[in-house]
Amino acid sequence: MRLVVDLNRCQGYAQCVPLAPDVLRLNGEEALFYDPNPDDAQRLRVLRAAASCPVQAIMVDFKDKGRRTAS
Amino acid sequence: MSTSTLASDLVTSFKTTGRIVIVGASLAGLRAAEALRNEGFTGKLTLIGDEKQEPYDRPPLSKQVLKGWVPADHTLLPRSRDIDAEWRLGVAATGLDRKKKTVRLVTGEEVPFDRLLIATGVRSRPWFNKAEAELEGLFTIRTSDDAGRLQTALAAKPRRVLIIGAGFIGSEMASVCRELGLDVTVAERADAPLVGALGGVIGKVAAEMQRDHGVDLRTGVSVEKIEGDAAGHVRRARLSDGTTLDVDVVVASLGSIRNTEWLRDAGLATGFWGVACDAGCRAFDIHGVVTDNIFVAGDIARAPHVLYEYQFLSLEHWDNAVSGAAVAAHNMVSLEPDRKPHLPLPSFWSGQFGVNIKGVGVQSFGDQVVITQGSVKERRFAAAYGKRGRIVGAITFNHGKWLEYYGALIEKSAPFPPPPPGYDEPVDAKPVPAEFPDPRTPTALPTVVLTGYDPTDRAASFAGAQA
Repeated sequence: MRLVVDLNRCQGYAQCVPLAPDVLRLNGEEALFYDPNPDDAQRLRVLRAAASCPVQAIMVDFKDKGRRTAS
Repeated sequence: MSTSTLASDLVTSFKTTGRIVIVGASLAGLRAAEALRNEGFTGKLTLIGDEKQEPYDRPPLSKQVLKGWVPADHTLLPRSRDIDAEWRLGVAATGLDRKKKTVRLVTGEEVPFDRLLIATGVRSRPWFNKAEAELEGLFTIRTSDDAGRLQTALAAKPRRVLIIGAGFIGSEMASVCRELGLDVTVAERADAPLVGALGGVIGKVAAEMQRDHGVDLRTGVSVEKIEGDAAGHVRRARLSDGTTLDVDVVVASLGSIRNTEWLRDAGLATGFWGVACDAGCRAFDIHGVVTDNIFVAGDIARAPHVLYEYQFLSLEHWDNAVSGAAVAAHNMVSLEPDRKPHLPLPSFWSGQFGVNIKGVGVQSFGDQVVITQGSVKERRFAAAYGKRGRIVGAITFNHGKWLEYYGALIEKSAPFPPPPPGYDEPVDAKPVPAEFPDPRTPTALPTVVLTGYDPTDRAASFAGAQA
């Protein structure tokens, strides 16, 4: 699957990190590093992480949005 | 039938039967294509890009990818919708004929258009010595292929990595090298890292960060010669201070070159800093007359900015590619009264040495800087840049939540030093000279540049390129 994080908008709240720790990580206190094309098995976790972002900085591919499980 | 009805009929028919060609299939090109479809454009859409890969994100290349966490070909951009476009990937555009309204491709084909978007961006500036640039182990970084090759070289545990140029990307790469446990030297012509973008006061902080993390930072020096072994692999570098370094990997991080060559005969206002356009993304021709059917977005665009004395602003920022693409797309399918201006408040980020550096505005437009919040010692602070009593830019180190506050002040041209935010104020918040270098001093070029008014005007020059 594909995602991109608008790191201008991201304010390092890190709500996403515990929801998809294999995909989104903090480097230091505030800098978010992430895997832009994680395995499809991560889809549900990434969708939850995207939904949890207080500033809605995480964009997933439109094809991934409605899907809940790996196909 | 009135003229206005004629014109609106024309736009309606253009939206259904027109042909739009986008040259440049990276972030700006992709987002413009999506925006055109969102705006109701159902005509023929063609995307032309010289790279074979479909659009991918570049910021992770100097960070996650070099670290070895994310494979180089795993930064493909998510799509916001179907764009139903004809993709011409791996095919460079080589010319533009404005009379015939065609884009010439490297294959010799001519692609006709009614409206064109120029989004060909930039490429990395190569090492100035062609023979040395051929050496195995000497890299530049811009594309995913570049990043993949460099990652492989770093994973092979080189004795020492030499990074030439301490701009944002050079500094990010030095940070990754240290995280990988590699010995790394950074050679910078200026007195500190990031000085072109952030000035000497903040540059000193960046220098301390590098040294605290074990980077062998050499400032005020240039690399004069890179030597290879019999097999043509990089082995040694000679610096202008007379020292030599044994190195297995050299990365030239010397800023970028705008991809304007294909427009050479187009009669557009192209130059060192890109293609000039109005604040509505319409390209200027060489006489300064605005064109009707050619639009510009992303790193290659330079447009006058009301906040910065209407000087032309050239921005190599992710944000600028996204917002410029949206405005250009809107204006390509709108009548004049509905057109929007693209007047971005420049925004950037850089992750390095565990610190999140973020900025708004144009720091280098200022001549003074003041630490407004937090503690420089703890690498957790905000600073504002001012010029003639007003705030023109701000940066934060691990203090990003406060950036919006400063952004709003910059948009209002609020006084400098700015009103105290009322939280976490340092005891000694006095403005000091920001110590931007003389723009003629060669250094890694900053990613935001006020480029004056003349398309050929440039205060900064890169001495190496002429050597």
